[in-house]
Amino acid sequence: MKIIVCVKQVPDTTGKVAVNPDGTLNRASMPAIINPDDKNAVEAALQIKDQTGCKIVVVSMGPPPAESMLRELLAMGADEAVLVCGREFGGSDTFATSQILAGAINKIGLENDDLVFCGRQAIDGDTAQVGPQIAEKLNLPQISYVADIQLGKGEVICRRMLEDGYMTVRAKTPCLLTCIKELNMPRYMSVAGVMDCYCKPLCVFNYDTLKDDPLIEPDTIGLKGSPTNIFKSFTPPQKGVGTMLEGADRAACAKLADSLAEKHIV
Amino acid sequence: MDFTLSREHEMLRRMYREFAETEVKPLAAEVDEEERFPEETVRKMGKLGMMGIYFPKEYGGAGADVLAYAMCVEELAKVCGTTAVVVSAHTSLCSAPIYEHGTEEQKRKYLPKLCSGEWLGAFGLTEPNAGTDASGQQTTAVLDGDHWVINGSKIFITNAAYADVFVIFAMTDRKQGTRGISAFIIERNFPGFSVGKHEKKMGIRGSSTCELIMEDCIVPKENLLGDLGFGFKIALQTLDGGRIGIAAQALGLGEGAVEETIKYTKERVQFGKRLSQFQNTQFQIADMHTRMQAAQYLTYAAACKKQACQSYSIDAAMAKLFAAEAASDVARRAVQLFGGYGYTRDYPVERMMRDAKITEIYEGTSEAQRMVIAANLQVK
Repeated sequence: MKIIVCVKQVPDTTGKVAVNPDGTLNRASMPAIINPDDKNAVEAALQIKDQTGCKIVVVSMGPPPAESMLRELLAMGADEAVLVCGREFGGSDTFATSQILAGAINKIGLENDDLVFCGRQAIDGDTAQVGPQIAEKLNLPQISYVADIQLGKGEVICRRMLEDGYMTVRAKTPCLLTCIKELNMPRYMSVAGVMDCYCKPLCVFNYDTLKDDPLIEPDTIGLKGSPTNIFKSFTPPQKGVGTMLEGADRAACAKLADSLAEKHIV
Repeated sequence: MDFTLSREHEMLRRMYREFAETEVKPLAAEVDEEERFPEETVRKMGKLGMMGIYFPKEYGGAGADVLAYAMCVEELAKVCGTTAVVVSAHTSLCSAPIYEHGTEEQKRKYLPKLCSGEWLGAFGLTEPNAGTDASGQQTTAVLDGDHWVINGSKIFITNAAYADVFVIFAMTDRKQGTRGISAFIIERNFPGFSVGKHEKKMGIRGSSTCELIMEDCIVPKENLLGDLGFGFKIALQTLDGGRIGIAAQALGLGEGAVEETIKYTKERVQFGKRLSQFQNTQFQIADMHTRMQAAQYLTYAAACKKQACQSYSIDAAMAKLFAAEAASDVARRAVQLFGGYGYTRDYPVERMMRDAKITEIYEGTSEAQRMVIAANLQVK
């Protein structure tokens, strides 16, 4: 059994966000981090490895400096890393990215009991599209917003966390899961892991490596293969501070009803 | 000469810093205020390999080096002097002498549990009448068949109340002077061994500092560490290594104080200006940073020499002497730049100032370091 985890290096948006004059993110001036949800996906895979001894392959599409992120994931306990890197892949939107990552997963190979994990979404784009699109392109069952994973024989049973409740879903393997932060608390790298991480295998897949895959065509990857057009980027206005009402008695309910009525909600 | 850290060391620093910021810093004020030993942090550090950084993997260590260990103590001390000394005393003063002088059986028995943090280590040399003059040991060990009987007491022992394994020194032949001192590995549950009074301290208040009492303490014959009569040599060699740990602790405390001062002086406004805009502040911080940078070079150089199995006694003594005095000076200046707020426990610099003072005293006072340095220079 192996688990392929797709990860992305993103600019740290928790600090100061730098924006170019055209409204796009100025990635170069912000520190690069592992996308937080992707780290949860890696931790989920590591916990399964702790139980089963399975192999973990981390895959990322990005420029050469993304290797440092992959090495950190190897130091956390992943076994192998693949960096998908090539000029032809530059400018890809979610459609083209998922096309390329699907091609990379085909190259690595999926067997019956294998799993593919992705983070729910990346903090730089917040689309939550790449994971589900990879599943579609590989004809894999998918479960998104996963907050709990139970392994069965040839299947997984996951709890999806949705805005208004939970949903428990069973899927046959191989399948793809997108993971959310509620799933776990990612572990730290270990000292021994850091000492070993540069000895673990890291392959670079470039255009030539993947070009024979039917998914990889000049017009399905990179800028040419990206149907997305960005009209404008902007910082959304901040939401106002919410009001907390204490208590569960009649008076608190009356107060709640009054304030809802005031806003014409009821 | 290349001052560039390896990519592994750079990554380790990021890991230590993330751990220190997330797991250690939030507890630092509470650990100090309540004089509470950070047991939960020790367990977490054990799982990450931070309790056996430079020992080989075959003995359960993480297989890194002495520099990686010094950097760990440094990053911990930036946020908590207590947590840093727990790692330093455990590693340098207990695991190291067992690794360097122990038999294969002793190494296999003790190191895996020490490196994993399952067992905590401590070191007992100091006695009421044998401090800097460690040759005046009153504790005695007498061979009785297949075991040693040890009698005496040790004071100011770091990690004492929580340690499982102790490296202890005792006189096996008083006539031989320092050549009559031997080292022993003592387990906490050996008959006749107990931990006495806990010291209430000025700084590093969360660390456990206690008396050790041995009353007809029965120690198996095979727990003699190193050769009979070589204890004093083992103690001095161990303290040479320990000084790298304390230099790193002092280094971290000073660097932590500089970081806090930069942050505070950029926020605090007086006379319509941020404190950082005053030339006095800029000059003070420039001096503080320069001293800590020099301390870092000395500490890292000593660590690299130990790793390379070169003679490093003078380097470790210079690193500890300079880093400890620099840290005390820098932390005191930090409190001054914070003004009244710096004197309160609302900010960490007063704790750093109290914590820094001990680095000039334990594992050899600054005066003892000067004696070592002068002796190495053949100044008699």
